[in-house]
Amino acid sequence: MLARVETQARLTLPFLLSAFLAILAIVPLQIPGFAVVSPMLVLGSIYYWAIYRPQVLPLIAVFGVGLFEDILTGAPLGVSSFAYLVSFAVVAGQRRFFIGKNFAVVWWGFALVAGAVEGLRWLLISGFAGAVIDPTPGLFAYGSTVAVYPVLTLLFLLTQRILPQPAEYA
Amino acid sequence: MRIAAPLRTLAQRSAFAFLLVGALGVMVVGKARPESFEQARIVVTDLVAPILGAISQPVATASRLAADARSMMDLRAENDRLRRENERLKQWQAAARSLDVENRQLRGLLNYQPSNARRYRTARVIGDKGGAFLHSVLINEGAAAGVGRGQAAITGDGLIGRVASVGDRSARVLLITDINSRIPVVIEATRVRGVLAGDNSAQPRLTFTSANALLAPGQRIVTSGHGDVFPPGLPVGLVATVGEDGVRVAPFASADRMEYLQLVDYGREGVVGDAPATPAAPNTTASAGR
Repeated sequence: MLARVETQARLTLPFLLSAFLAILAIVPLQIPGFAVVSPMLVLGSIYYWAIYRPQVLPLIAVFGVGLFEDILTGAPLGVSSFAYLVSFAVVAGQRRFFIGKNFAVVWWGFALVAGAVEGLRWLLISGFAGAVIDPTPGLFAYGSTVAVYPVLTLLFLLTQRILPQPAEYA
Repeated sequence: MRIAAPLRTLAQRSAFAFLLVGALGVMVVGKARPESFEQARIVVTDLVAPILGAISQPVATASRLAADARSMMDLRAENDRLRRENERLKQWQAAARSLDVENRQLRGLLNYQPSNARRYRTARVIGDKGGAFLHSVLINEGAAAGVGRGQAAITGDGLIGRVASVGDRSARVLLITDINSRIPVVIEATRVRGVLAGDNSAQPRLTFTSANALLAPGQRIVTSGHGDVFPPGLPVGLVATVGEDGVRVAPFASADRMEYLQLVDYGREGVVGDAPATPAAPNTTASAGR
């Protein structure tokens, strides 16, 4: 019984980690210009779990993390939920392609997804504002998002190690 | 495109569609009635504020140490610069003293009642701009400390934004660079009025100035106090460019490295008012400056 509870608790780790990354993303670093290039940490998490363990991040959790991030960043509510749901579904659909490939391929995939998400975010927020927002900061943020993904991957790898195997909870 | 394994079953596929429509719905409702999710936002932000406060403290300390180390390097040059600045400021101080006396005498002649009972509150920035297209920050004080919607947020250099939403122990400050920010301002010397409208760039635009207003780079912009929310005369920035695509203002205050900011309680509600969802402000807000 206790083991079951513990298994379930460990299964929530990817969700908790994603939520924690949403908080971490807005911690003020007091570095001039950093806010402009602040990377989309949560997207890294969504992408990783969509490929390696889509079962541990249910769609409702993807939706919830998106809402949570929008609240914290003051973004129009629903923008991140929408972007993350679509990315999660698309990446999970192609996961067989990525599994077993070397890291460069996975990274390249992430670069594609991050570009699409940053573009979608720009489109939606511009739509909300009713004006065309200057997309340049988005390009910087995109660059830093892609650059930080390898570091995030280490964190996810460590987390994945303490996740229960599918046989344990199936 | 192949349907993902986790989306294989019909139930999961419909869950996906349901959530996607849900996200769109939230967006549409949030656009049409921004106040509908205000309470949820406030509750969540209040819950996360202590965590953010705890994380941001050591980060701020570390970056302060780094800044200290850097300033140690060019101590001599910095000292020189400060000495020169001090001399200049002393001249200004003398000028200000004599102007103050003159001002008081003239006010006495006019029987003028100043209405500028202001209170300042200092708050720590615990949440930075979240992403490339968003220009607002979270602070660690809320209604419990007397922070109210619409209060001006300033740094040592000048106006940085205004309080957009208030929780119990956290609040969100909309920066003047945000696309949703509109601040009534006036050009200090010529008294030409206008509205400072953010557009997510580093230099907001000055709009709604009269057509024949004389605008030139270098003119100082301060808050006008129109709308009765902001105290008049808070420094905002300098006119940077005057051109075909409008007038741009370079703000004095920068959101980079903003560790603390001050909230100016002018004791007025003005046109902003309190959103119905905002928790009742304690009497501290009301008692100031009425």
